[in-house]
Amino acid sequence: MRVDPKAPAARDFAEGLLFPGHPVPAGVVGPDGAPDLKRFNVYRNNVIASLTDALAATYPAVRRLLGETYFSALAREFIRAHPPRSPVLIWFGQAFPGFMETFPPLAGYPYLGDVARAEWFWLQAYHAADVAPLDPALLQAVPSDGLGLVRFQPHPAASVVRSRFPVHCLLQANRFLAGQEVDVDMTQSQDVLISRPDVDVLVVRLKPGGAVFTQALLDGVALEQAAQQASETTEGFSLAPCLRDVLASGALAHMNR
Amino acid sequence: MVRPKLLLAETAGAGLKAEHAVEILRTSPEVGFFEIHAENYMGAGGAPHRILSAIRDRYPVSLHGVGLSIGAEGPLDRDHLCRLKALNDRYQPALFSEHLAWSTHDTTYFNDLLPVPYTEGALRRVCDHIDEVQNTMGRRMLLENPSTYVAFSQSTMTELDFLREIVVRTGCGLLLDVNNVFVSCTNHEMAPEEYLSAFPLDHVDEIHLGGHAPDTDSAGRPLLIDTHDREVDEAVWALFRSVIDVCGPVPTLIEWDNDVPPWPVLCHEVAAASKILRARASGEIRHAS
Repeated sequence: MRVDPKAPAARDFAEGLLFPGHPVPAGVVGPDGAPDLKRFNVYRNNVIASLTDALAATYPAVRRLLGETYFSALAREFIRAHPPRSPVLIWFGQAFPGFMETFPPLAGYPYLGDVARAEWFWLQAYHAADVAPLDPALLQAVPSDGLGLVRFQPHPAASVVRSRFPVHCLLQANRFLAGQEVDVDMTQSQDVLISRPDVDVLVVRLKPGGAVFTQALLDGVALEQAAQQASETTEGFSLAPCLRDVLASGALAHMNR
Repeated sequence: MVRPKLLLAETAGAGLKAEHAVEILRTSPEVGFFEIHAENYMGAGGAPHRILSAIRDRYPVSLHGVGLSIGAEGPLDRDHLCRLKALNDRYQPALFSEHLAWSTHDTTYFNDLLPVPYTEGALRRVCDHIDEVQNTMGRRMLLENPSTYVAFSQSTMTELDFLREIVVRTGCGLLLDVNNVFVSCTNHEMAPEEYLSAFPLDHVDEIHLGGHAPDTDSAGRPLLIDTHDREVDEAVWALFRSVIDVCGPVPTLIEWDNDVPPWPVLCHEVAAASKILRARASGEIRHAS
């Protein structure tokens, strides 16, 4: 009877894939029965290159800001530190914004994290469940004395990204209008609302106080209280235009009275 | 609209790429079916499902998983299997296939089809996993032969013995990737014609054709890389003709996943495969028996 020799632990193979310093796993050979580094490296390259492509597809503006060479080198570091936990790659790379913010060589580029965060939420919005946004007429039909107590359920595609940097202009310049003339004033702070009322993802720049107000509504805070939070934290907050932005973006799904 | 169910083996299919969808839906090209990578449609909603639903209203669809990791040492990812089942239930694909490979170890997903040693232990594990897939999905699956760049000195059987035994033990069908045969045979210094003549062709319900890139290994020997980034190689077309000659028309897919060309280029490859399938169907090229 033939004994089944112990196959090389998949662990050796797996560890060798992410770390080029590891030797070719025992028993992994070419046609002559001898280990062959170049053959094993095909798998190493496939892993890093395909995951780098996945990250580049999720973060095109970051890639443009960093340049392809730097992005690829950074992606390799990220993949080794935070490899995917699921075969569904639209969920891969959530830690990338935070990774860049704590990566010492990028300390001089503190805006990258917020740009990446917006791109992450863009992708999640793109794949979010299909839900009809709230019809603004339903809100208009609420008697004025009950309006302040209305609460909402967020649309599954809606997210707010707040930034100390001009995240909206950076996204326009490096993704949605890349190659066109876009003025980016690095002294500006910008907040964006990302949503998908139908099939196209929207990225709307929020007005002063709009981020606090919109986030509160998405969190289920009552309308009057959300407006109060916004006016307490932001001078010049104006309820009507901010509410219009939220409704027009389809960021709310249902209303609870 | 009645969803087309019947898969016609005389018209080849194409891998569905998002960048081609608008043109496909506008021009309704003569394509037998469209194959999707299951993992690209595991989001909840949005454009991918909108496109796939429109395609499915017009064409049969083939569901091709790339991330189930059937060859892994550990258990199958139940959540992932349930996601596959949900896609299967929603789109009722004519074909469902996965790979003889692993891609997950512990909790890390490597996004590549990694090789399995051909041992008794691996065989038992793979068969258990296929049983679990078929029981959960409520349908027979097709298992695709791999393209490999390395062998394992621990292997105690050939790839063909391994595949044949899987078919016997699990009742699954096979997806014969002719390009993988050419790539693996070249890489392991075997004759692809001999491999194919011993392949259990009776169990093949789908064929894949794709492009590969030439390279060399550390010793300077030819090493072909399964890149899916170009036209099908002439040598692979010749092997395909010989397979169709023996088995008759089988649903055949052109895979082009990287450096994706404009739709007409891919459509041209599909037409070339269809021509071979139809010639065989009408008895023109049958000369072996």
